[in-house]
Amino acid sequence: MNKILHRIRLYIPLIKTLQTGLLLATGIAGYFSSHIPVHIPTLIAMSLSLFLAIGGSTVMNMWYDHDIDAKMQRTHKRPAASGELTRQEVFTVGMIISILGMGWAILIAPLYGLIVFAGWFFDVVIYTLWLKRITCWSIIWGGISGAMPILAGRVLAIGQIDLIGILLALAILFWIPTHTLTFSIKYREDYTAAGVPTFPSTYGDTFARGTIAISSILAAISIGWASVLIGLSAGYLRLVAVLTVGLLLLAFATFRVKSEQANFGLFRYASFYMLSAMIILAMQAF
Amino acid sequence: MKMSVLDRIFLLLTGLLAAYEIVVGIDKMGNLPIIAYTIAFGVLLVAGLLLIILGFDALDSPLVVIVSTIIPLSIATGLVWQHIDSLRVPYVLFAPIGFAAVTLTRLIPMQNKLPVITLAIVHGIAGMTIFLLPIITSIQGKTDSLFSLVGVGGALIGIGGLLLSFLKTGRPILSQENILKVLPGLLLLMTICFVTGFKYG
Repeated sequence: MNKILHRIRLYIPLIKTLQTGLLLATGIAGYFSSHIPVHIPTLIAMSLSLFLAIGGSTVMNMWYDHDIDAKMQRTHKRPAASGELTRQEVFTVGMIISILGMGWAILIAPLYGLIVFAGWFFDVVIYTLWLKRITCWSIIWGGISGAMPILAGRVLAIGQIDLIGILLALAILFWIPTHTLTFSIKYREDYTAAGVPTFPSTYGDTFARGTIAISSILAAISIGWASVLIGLSAGYLRLVAVLTVGLLLLAFATFRVKSEQANFGLFRYASFYMLSAMIILAMQAF
Repeated sequence: MKMSVLDRIFLLLTGLLAAYEIVVGIDKMGNLPIIAYTIAFGVLLVAGLLLIILGFDALDSPLVVIVSTIIPLSIATGLVWQHIDSLRVPYVLFAPIGFAAVTLTRLIPMQNKLPVITLAIVHGIAGMTIFLLPIITSIQGKTDSLFSLVGVGGALIGIGGLLLSFLKTGRPILSQENILKVLPGLLLLMTICFVTGFKYG
């Protein structure tokens, strides 16, 4: 029994609970954004299938990137990188979770399942297996993959892809560079040691900071536009507007100040902004 | 100075209360008060979040004095618009002019006392408006007695503004450490007073 518990404890970090949780939250927010009456069994099935598919893709990342992770100070203790779990074991777990998640998603609704599969495919095949070690532009595919859960949630609710769904997906797509580029500046030595091309190492810090600021602005525009189209109440629109102005001012400040602290501040604010936007979209449904 | 967990909780609660006020608390007011209060509570919300994210280091920015002028000016403008018809136009002119004056005297290097005098005049007028107007209207029976809590909030914001302003001008009333110790609690208390007061205003 203890052995099994120990094994499970090793599997939990494979899922990157915070990242998976945030992406799952975007999927739920996408579902709520439709304003249809909430169908609890569908919501639970969607949450579980998304959780499995997102978690599965993360485990597959860990499986393939175990050699890179082992060279990086930030990630070398991950179970696949440290050798606590064998590559074969991580691969098997990743595939089982992924197939369960995607299979369930397709059974719930084919279009929803297709989008969940697209997210998994973009993340595991295009981003991780193909582009991550070749070009810094791979983050775009990582971003597209991250944008799929919110689109999937909305599609499950309304049965089709619409402009609001695309805008919500764009918001996540543009938010993700603030996360990945901030980390690639902060952990520059790690990425260099692992031989992973990043924006700072390829184009320099100024370009990377500019990209972070511009993508934050584009994320804010996407969320703002989607909020108006969704028909948020005036009160919630005011709140989104206030938070958006804060994001824009901080993005402008990172252009001017050019410090790591400002950069990290923008990243954390942008993360909070995105989480708040998801909560606001969800709360409007009640 | 490192920010404690309690400080972060206070700031988070301040932000949540400010968000509540923006979404629900001011919903049935006229357009101008809604804009004015949204700006005031919006600044409070974003400032609280930035303090949580960046820590007290964020207060080192020279922009703090300018930004901290927005809150009293906006609240005072909203209050005057709602309760003193005859002063609506003068106050709507005073608020942007006052803000511009504080901004310019802070951004343009000066050796004289003009920046401090400008700051004292603008903060003084806005602060006294927020402090006195709700109390007077409550005493006159025009508003619920709990509306006077907005005045208490005004007094607290005045204290906070003064502490910060004098700290930034290099003549602190309290030591920096003590100011930072009381600031999150002061902001929360002030926001509670505003939110409660406006609910009954």
